[in-house]
Amino acid sequence: MSIDLSQFHQVFYEESYEGLDAMEQGLLDMDMDEPDDEVINTIFRAAHSIKGGSGTFGFSQVADFTHVVETLLDEVRSGDRAINKSIMDLLLSSVDCIRSLLQELQAGDDPDLSSAKQLKAQFEAVLKGEDISAGGGDQTPPPQAPPEISNDQPGGWRIRFVPEVQMLQTGNEPARMFRQLNELCHGNMQVTASLATLPIFTSINPEFCYLSWDIIVNEAVERSEIDEVFEWVIDDAEIHITPLNEVHAEAVATEEQSVQTSAPEAVIEAPQELVPVVTESKDVSQAETKKAAPKASQENSSIRVSIDKVDSLINMVGELVITQSMLGQLGQNFDITRVQRLQEGLAQLEHNTRELQESVMKIRMMPISFVFSRFPRLVRDVSQSLNKKINLVMSGENTELDKTVMEKIGDPMVHLIRNSIDHGIEIPEVRVAAGKSETGTVVLNAFHQSGNIVIEIKDDGAGLNTDRILQKAMENGLVAEGATLSQEQIFDLIFQPGFSTADVVSDLSGRGVGMDVVRRNIASLNGSIEVSSERNKGSRFIIRLPLTLAILDGQLVRVGNHIYIFPLVSIVESIQLDERTVNNVGGHSDVLQLRDEYVPIMQLHEIFDIDIENHKDSESIVVVVETDGEKVGVVVDELLGQQQVVIKSLEENYKKVDGISGATILGDGTVALIIDVSGMSKMGSSNFKKLDSSHKAA
Amino acid sequence: MSLAEETTDEVVTEEELVTEQYLTFIMAGEEYGVDILAVQEIRGWESATKVPNSPSHIKGVLNLRGTIVPIMDLRERFQLESIEYGASTVVVILKISTGKGSRTMGIIVDAISDVYDVPFDNIRSTDLGENMNSRFIKGLVTVNKHMVILLELKTLLTIED
Repeated sequence: MSIDLSQFHQVFYEESYEGLDAMEQGLLDMDMDEPDDEVINTIFRAAHSIKGGSGTFGFSQVADFTHVVETLLDEVRSGDRAINKSIMDLLLSSVDCIRSLLQELQAGDDPDLSSAKQLKAQFEAVLKGEDISAGGGDQTPPPQAPPEISNDQPGGWRIRFVPEVQMLQTGNEPARMFRQLNELCHGNMQVTASLATLPIFTSINPEFCYLSWDIIVNEAVERSEIDEVFEWVIDDAEIHITPLNEVHAEAVATEEQSVQTSAPEAVIEAPQELVPVVTESKDVSQAETKKAAPKASQENSSIRVSIDKVDSLINMVGELVITQSMLGQLGQNFDITRVQRLQEGLAQLEHNTRELQESVMKIRMMPISFVFSRFPRLVRDVSQSLNKKINLVMSGENTELDKTVMEKIGDPMVHLIRNSIDHGIEIPEVRVAAGKSETGTVVLNAFHQSGNIVIEIKDDGAGLNTDRILQKAMENGLVAEGATLSQEQIFDLIFQPGFSTADVVSDLSGRGVGMDVVRRNIASLNGSIEVSSERNKGSRFIIRLPLTLAILDGQLVRVGNHIYIFPLVSIVESIQLDERTVNNVGGHSDVLQLRDEYVPIMQLHEIFDIDIENHKDSESIVVVVETDGEKVGVVVDELLGQQQVVIKSLEENYKKVDGISGATILGDGTVALIIDVSGMSKMGSSNFKKLDSSHKAA
Repeated sequence: MSLAEETTDEVVTEEELVTEQYLTFIMAGEEYGVDILAVQEIRGWESATKVPNSPSHIKGVLNLRGTIVPIMDLRERFQLESIEYGASTVVVILKISTGKGSRTMGIIVDAISDVYDVPFDNIRSTDLGENMNSRFIKGLVTVNKHMVILLELKTLLTIED
């Protein structure tokens, strides 16, 4: 029986989060006038399993709170209560509340119960039949209990609990129930175990429960709460619950007798210290508390993989084994006549390996609906607070992308969608005046395009106001006064770090996360973002991301005897270095004249302090890369091939190296380093002075 | 059967309590020892990929069956005179557990020497005073009448920023 429950905690959290997502989605999908029974049932079931799970694992705070949610849902489900907007809001905020409770528990913190208490009070008020929509946020403390229950509410309860012998086999644990009960009545209870039915030692079946219990609860708890505790065992046990003040009158006569006939008794105050049979469970609870001690960082993520993907992997491994044994046989008695077979075998091996690699990569891929699913709620909340009418249209939810990418793209997308609603979509009156429909539309779309995933966020709002952006940029000194910029260049300004949108922005957006952060986050995923917009028609943001972070399209370059890799996405172009186009500006930095632009150039061997012999500028290549919207030319000795490289961590055994984002292993088994373009260019510009002088000396 | 197993087990644990095994190697005429349980493998020297702007004792990184492993020159770490790498130059790959998991690193030494059983009680602590390298040293021990310097891997394999 002594199972370490904490090993299941992770699963419990994951399932609960999934349940919460299902509840949230169900609530948002629900049509208030004609609620669909199936949807309500789904929501109810999710709440029910969260409650059950949290009870089992001893998270009584969650279980208690979820219980009131469940009660309300049960009334809705049975048709006793019509759902209205205030109930909907209440249920949605309860989803948030449960989520935050779980997150705190998962991090190993004591959950903050204040908001849960407040919400619970609201729920209880609704259950009592008050209309909370009038009440607003200011809630009076809840009445002790609904009236019909308070009638038969005595000072305490006497519970006779006689489980059937197989109860333990169904996974029910009396000690857990007692613990729950104990919390309910704040330790004010007494448990007496009866050993009357205990057989002689040799005939004990260790998996059977031979004990029965008498429990006295000396606290005014609600009958329903006690029922709740025993809910899971109601079919496996005989349970009599009688109010304490009646016990002396009648129950003593009937039930007490059977107890008194029983042989030895053990009377103990708290349930944790029951007779030996149950002591293992004490270990469990201790183990739980111990496990909870190491904090946060133990959140190791996992993914659910569809069985199809696993099956196809097994098939491929099977094929690989066949190929391997075929090659093995061939090798045992090999002569030159069989070269043809060998080549075929090797080709097959290559084929198998590539397929295997692809399918392993696919395991990390998840549909983007995991990110998309949070947006209906966001749109609902934001549009409500801004009094705008918005219709969110999502498509391509099944487009798959890497889990790591997915985790990191959520926040930038939230920001973009908020922006669309906040700045893009106009208030209904303005829309009507502009001849558009009252309801604005935000379109969220995802699809695959040439090895990338493309996410599109489109609205039919006011569009970007180029005049205003330009004016703002000039005020902030980002653009010289009187400069003329192309439309693309103006759009690009909103991604500039210094671009303050102060009076263009409402309180919703002023969160210190600007568009520059959005772009930086996307760039850190090796992706890009572009924007197009038309006045009064709307704007469109397009995010392009690599499918996975584990593999990168790289350009191999040689500097001296070293090979480095540039991410292909960051390269704008590569050109032969022509000394006539290089100018020295003010004795500090070299710039390259690139058509009508001047691009600062830096020597890779100087930034990375590499010894190189016979370096001749005249034979060098300038790789022009773009980082944070700036172009930089990097001088290398030679361009080698382009290939996909598998990214390996350098930090695992070493440390973070400036200007290097990781390492990879080349075909010959040697290690090559992957350049972090933005880090490198920062190193380069801070070294400019030093760089320049050494360059002159060379 | 089960009883017999238990007794042998006990004998083994008793022995483990008193002796530790050390792999020793030669560097600049002295013999150094590392806990053999930390040794992953021993391989010949092959050139490593240099890491930009790294301290001079880090010779670069190697591919060890798919993991990137930094290689440290122990002579330079100890500020000894560096020598040309030759036929007997070897890289000892060490793996230690750290607060955040484990760290694998290679150290370049002149040559491998031997494996000794060192009784725990025979390890003498050192007080080398101001000697900069003393933090890398766990203790000294006499084996076959000559001294072996036992290395403290936790500090040795730390990478300073």
